[in-house]
Amino acid sequence: MDVRKTYKLFVGGEFVRSESGRAYRVDGAVNVPRGSRKDLRDAIKAARGAFPGWAGRTAMNRGQILYRAAEMLDGRRSQFVEVLGGGRAAAREVEQAVDTFVWYAGWTDKLAQVTGNTNPVAGPYFNFTIPEPTGVVGIVSPAESPLAGLVRRVAPALCGGNTVVVLAPEAAPLPALTLAEVLATSDFPAGVINVIAGYHRELLSWLGAHMDVNAVDVCGCTAEEIAAVEKAAAENVKRVIKAPAGEMSPQLIASFMEMKTVWHPIGV
Amino acid sequence: MAITKHRRAAELAKQVFDYAPAPESIDHVKIEPRYNLFIGGKWVTAHSKKRFATINPATEERLSEVVEADEVDVDRAVRAADRAFDSWSRLAPARRARYLFRISRILQERARELAVVETMDGGKPIKESRDVDIPLAAAHFFYYAGWADKLEWAFPNRKPRPLGVAGQVIPWNFPLLMLAWKIAPALAAGNTVVLKPAETTPLSAMLFADICQQAELPPGVVNIVTGAGKTGSLVVQHPGVKKVAFTGSTEVGKLIQRSLAGTGKRLTLELGGKAANIVFEDAPLDAAIEGIVNGIYFNQGHVCCAGSRLLVQESIAEPLLEKLKLRLGTLRLGDPLDKNTDIGAINSKAQLDKITGMVESGVEEGAELFQPECRLPERGFWFPPTLFTNVSQSYRIAREEIFGPVLSVLTFRTPAEAVEKANNTPYGLSAGVWTDKGSRILWMAERMRAGVVWANTFNRFDPTSPFGGYKESGFGREGGLHGLLPYVELN
Repeated sequence: MDVRKTYKLFVGGEFVRSESGRAYRVDGAVNVPRGSRKDLRDAIKAARGAFPGWAGRTAMNRGQILYRAAEMLDGRRSQFVEVLGGGRAAAREVEQAVDTFVWYAGWTDKLAQVTGNTNPVAGPYFNFTIPEPTGVVGIVSPAESPLAGLVRRVAPALCGGNTVVVLAPEAAPLPALTLAEVLATSDFPAGVINVIAGYHRELLSWLGAHMDVNAVDVCGCTAEEIAAVEKAAAENVKRVIKAPAGEMSPQLIASFMEMKTVWHPIGV
Repeated sequence: MAITKHRRAAELAKQVFDYAPAPESIDHVKIEPRYNLFIGGKWVTAHSKKRFATINPATEERLSEVVEADEVDVDRAVRAADRAFDSWSRLAPARRARYLFRISRILQERARELAVVETMDGGKPIKESRDVDIPLAAAHFFYYAGWADKLEWAFPNRKPRPLGVAGQVIPWNFPLLMLAWKIAPALAAGNTVVLKPAETTPLSAMLFADICQQAELPPGVVNIVTGAGKTGSLVVQHPGVKKVAFTGSTEVGKLIQRSLAGTGKRLTLELGGKAANIVFEDAPLDAAIEGIVNGIYFNQGHVCCAGSRLLVQESIAEPLLEKLKLRLGTLRLGDPLDKNTDIGAINSKAQLDKITGMVESGVEEGAELFQPECRLPERGFWFPPTLFTNVSQSYRIAREEIFGPVLSVLTFRTPAEAVEKANNTPYGLSAGVWTDKGSRILWMAERMRAGVVWANTFNRFDPTSPFGGYKESGFGREGGLHGLLPYVELN
């Protein structure tokens, strides 16, 4: 007889049940915690708390931790193939997810070189522009390619030093919740990534409106949901990221970043 | 006691420096009594019958009259821009560059005329429009002209493509400069434009329309519609507009962001600020005083990135304030067209009322007010340079954008406290640091949540230097390579 797993939310480095005590069912017999507005708030709070530490890590250290995530994911390949339904398509998706972590692991210490600048201003100033993480990023992960699709957004957001609250796709939350187990063992400090499962209609507008969230990636939203998130986002002028699901680029990383320009005096 | 002393010092200064009037001539400027809309390369009679006057805020004299464009007018403008997009976006990039270079050159040639008009229409001192606004506007066009045929080098491994018609709404504080910030990158990237200047300062945009004709810019590439908030909203909402760029208040920015939800339009916002200007005890004091003055009294404080919160290290607060108050007494307020004027007119009656209300709230909440002795002209809209001490972080004057010549002074002891106070705001547009220590500049710069950090200077701009905010100060950058990004699609 199998020992069955109870799926949990991942908040502040811990696997927790929803404070609401509620669950919903996907895939027949599997219970998934149905995260509440309070769970979401806890996750945002954890992400905010983890932000200064994660943003303050050296670029190389963040790269190594992202690479470690690729290693851990690779080590659990067969489990993820199973979670994704088995077969060659599932195997390919796991491969893509591993590749994506590796690709962004190599971007952490190149981002500032590729998207930053020194600017030849008229005047005695050394003027430079550097990317800085925007802060807490909400990621509504897509139901299509639920593993690779999620990694394609989480990795670039983490790469630049943001902390993340993932809202797992309602119909296919298991890959995201299982990925949390990989991330939990990949040296990410507690709170850097948080994963919430639940109903979009119960959580999305709160994620969009929360005053301590700096940006929301609406990759996994329907057109109506995007409109609702965008409307709520105006409350604190959130950045809403709408890049194509397949995009992998330094510009995507930069969409989770703020550009800071410094005028440093030159003189004796 | 202290105040009397300052008055005496200011009196003395006035006796030593007796300024004769030095007005800039306005003979070479021709302002039409009324302007139509600039659509499809021509001045066209508007559908809207509504017109409103634009006045000189220093004299309350009527300068001209412009159209309050309605839905039909805005639709015409967007259609003209849409028609022009096809050929403009496919024009050889080097040709696009040449048009922008031409515009830049004409701006330089007509700089004096533009400066005078800017000052008459907006109230800013002529020395600012002459030395800052117009040269920077010309420089901006020159900078982006050079990008037009180099976009592939700006975004390696990507294929940058223009978006279509850009709808742009600009504020009244730097009318021509904001126009340049909006139009130059849009055109360089191959977009066409419908621009709405602010209702109190439409005239330099009207002159710019003339410059487009002079440069023989293809019809419809730039269209200018005048009006107030309603017209701006029509531009932003028009379904033919693919990209919206707005500079203005955070309040209106939020309305625009909300109203564009679900439309798929690209959006950049450059909104308000409440910048901290932080002075450490080792700062060169006299330079810092000039920087503080430039930070908040430049353009009457009508500057989104103004250093409106002075954070001064406790150990030097007393001597610094002493010097600062003395310096305020020597600022010359008056005729904006006078070349000696430091502080011009407040842009409008509405803005004057807002500033007055905020200053009253400061007094009510318990802050200590200082204003140098200063005679305000009888006509026009004026507000003396104002400084508040004994300010708590919770006061409105320390939290809300005033957009006027009003400085709130707070103190701090440690660098960490300065950072915390500086970042304690929903805004994040700019910040200033004054210290002799380079390592401290970078330490502070790293920690400040602001898009632009000036060290031992303030309110300095350059076309190569990206500008824009963190948090509720907006998103997207204007200027520099980053200023191209909002106007391209990357494939």
